Amino acid sequence: MTVSQENPILTVKNLTIDIPTDTGTLHAVRGIDFDLKRGETLCIVGESGSGKSLTSLAVMGLLGNAIKPRADVMDFDGTALLDANKRTLRDIRGARISMIFQEPMTSLNPSYTIGDQLMEALLIHGGTSRKAARAKAVELLQKVGITAAESRLSQFPHQLSGGLRQRVMIAMALMCEPELIIADEPTTALDVTIQAQILRLLVDLQAEMGMAMILITHDLGVVARVADKVAVMYAGELVETGPTADLFAAPSHPYTRGLLNCIPLPGKTERGAELGTIPGIVPSLVGDVSGCTFRTRCAHATAACRGDIPRHVTTDGRHAFRCVDPQGFAHSQEAQA
Amino acid sequence: MSPSNSPVLELRDVTKVYTVKQGLMGKPKSLTALNGISLKLDAGDVLGLVGESGCGKSTLAKILLGLEAPTSGQVLVEGKPIGGENRLQLARRIQPIFQDPYSSLNPRKSIEDIIALPLRVHKVGDEASRLKKVREILDVVGLPSRVLTNYPSQMSGGQRQRVAIARALVMRPEIVICDEPTSALDVSVQSQILNLLGDLRREFNLTYLFISHDLAVVEHLATKVAVMYLGQVVEENSVDGLFEETRHPYSKALLDSVLTPEPDLEVPDTQLGMAYPNPIDPPSGCHFHPRCAAATDLCKQQAPREQFTPYGRIKCHLHDADTVSKMTKV
Repeated sequence: MTVSQENPILTVKNLTIDIPTDTGTLHAVRGIDFDLKRGETLCIVGESGSGKSLTSLAVMGLLGNAIKPRADVMDFDGTALLDANKRTLRDIRGARISMIFQEPMTSLNPSYTIGDQLMEALLIHGGTSRKAARAKAVELLQKVGITAAESRLSQFPHQLSGGLRQRVMIAMALMCEPELIIADEPTTALDVTIQAQILRLLVDLQAEMGMAMILITHDLGVVARVADKVAVMYAGELVETGPTADLFAAPSHPYTRGLLNCIPLPGKTERGAELGTIPGIVPSLVGDVSGCTFRTRCAHATAACRGDIPRHVTTDGRHAFRCVDPQGFAHSQEAQA
Repeated sequence: MSPSNSPVLELRDVTKVYTVKQGLMGKPKSLTALNGISLKLDAGDVLGLVGESGCGKSTLAKILLGLEAPTSGQVLVEGKPIGGENRLQLARRIQPIFQDPYSSLNPRKSIEDIIALPLRVHKVGDEASRLKKVREILDVVGLPSRVLTNYPSQMSGGQRQRVAIARALVMRPEIVICDEPTSALDVSVQSQILNLLGDLRREFNLTYLFISHDLAVVEHLATKVAVMYLGQVVEENSVDGLFEETRHPYSKALLDSVLTPEPDLEVPDTQLGMAYPNPIDPPSGCHFHPRCAAATDLCKQQAPREQFTPYGRIKCHLHDADTVSKMTKV
């Protein structure tokens, strides 16, 4: 994978998403920063309700009218996404940034053919003829490994299996040769065998086309195999960020370590042994949220966790985490063991 | 009948054929969901059943729960065949835990009603003794008794799955059919539920049929594993045997597809062709041959026979001494 040394294609600083609810304001995403260069893959990993999908929808400008995301910077290749008018956004969305959703059955329109849905974005953005769009659709269907591509164009989504539908979603996202692709749990609904195939396909296509990719997932196995860098999200904040190898070699935030302990590792975890757990549930983010939001579930929480949480950065400046303890209590865990 | 000789649960050559209508004018066709499944579970066993969607795992679970009748073959519980007439008896002994705790609990019933329902159906005790049993089982699955008056919508996914487990265990069954019990849950909750299932098994000497597509989870919890493909068991072995020496090409592909959190490794290339075959029109010979990198002409023509070896059982020409010699001659 070639990661260029130039400026990031996407820069996000201090992204905040507040959602008004009946009981108060839900602080769903609070001040997160990330950036991405061409050809690079960022995995945002977190559990349900951590705000990872909201973050991706904010980048796509798909949050709707009720929710207004705020950010100091949200810049896509020189365009400030939050200030851009609808016309500019339309030119970017679907053409230069595209998205793959989790559930291919609900995100494909059941009453249009595969061909119509594939060609739509290109006809809107590309100014190409129907014939050229059709040829492109066939080319991409073949590229994503669909046999008899020509005849698939006239089929409807319900005639395809789950794996095929997800391949169609990927082909659709690639129609306009985007520079950034956002994939929100693209393989969660699929069988393990199909998951491996789809991820392999995404990684290969990304390398071939030099796209940047944000992959949203809850699966640390996927993260380890696919990501260049990782952002661990918990309750609307990035608790730990860093290059994939560094983060897995030295997981520093107690939440990251907790997540890794929860998964049985074939050949490493003793069969039938107790798995690690993270007790408790994600706190409510309605009303005032202060201090470390993980403190209610953290074995090492102290009174200091209610205050401001410092951010610790490694000497090379790439691996960072937020915790009151400069080592994320890693030393006390070792002492216990 | 002595429980020491006969397995707690046994399937003998169970076959299930559905008739599928092909549109308004089309002739109905038969779909063989299960094709001659034989399995044995001894007390305390955890049989991991793995395979892709459509391989018949859930049909098998339905048959074991008495929700579907097999077209042919027998299901025996402690040596006695089960039939339609004693389904109530069967339900005392075999209970399910389903995948999605959001849809498997009645949203309009309180947690107490949900867990007490099996007791009421089986007319166990009076109201007071039932409540006592419900409180006991709540404690066992790690829920506080204050949730008794809650409704499912007030609970998190992990808590709901605990309720589903409590409902399954309140009749103290011997066999629990776990159909993907953790795949709808977050990682941190999944490990809690897996730990709980492990503890309960030891505490109550339960036998599990554990259906899952996550082989890492199966390896962790199961004592033996059966790999299903298109309605057949293609390989069965102890968990040690299967994970140390995987022999069937399909089992290998399944294992290769497991993504462990190891950043040095890439996304595997499973070598599987993409298409899961249509069960209405299964491939000739070995059903797996169109996706198998090692397939030969023989695999296309002749179905492999089932072999029982010291390493478990397997259905594959490549592991059949007789046919391997034939293949080399071709």
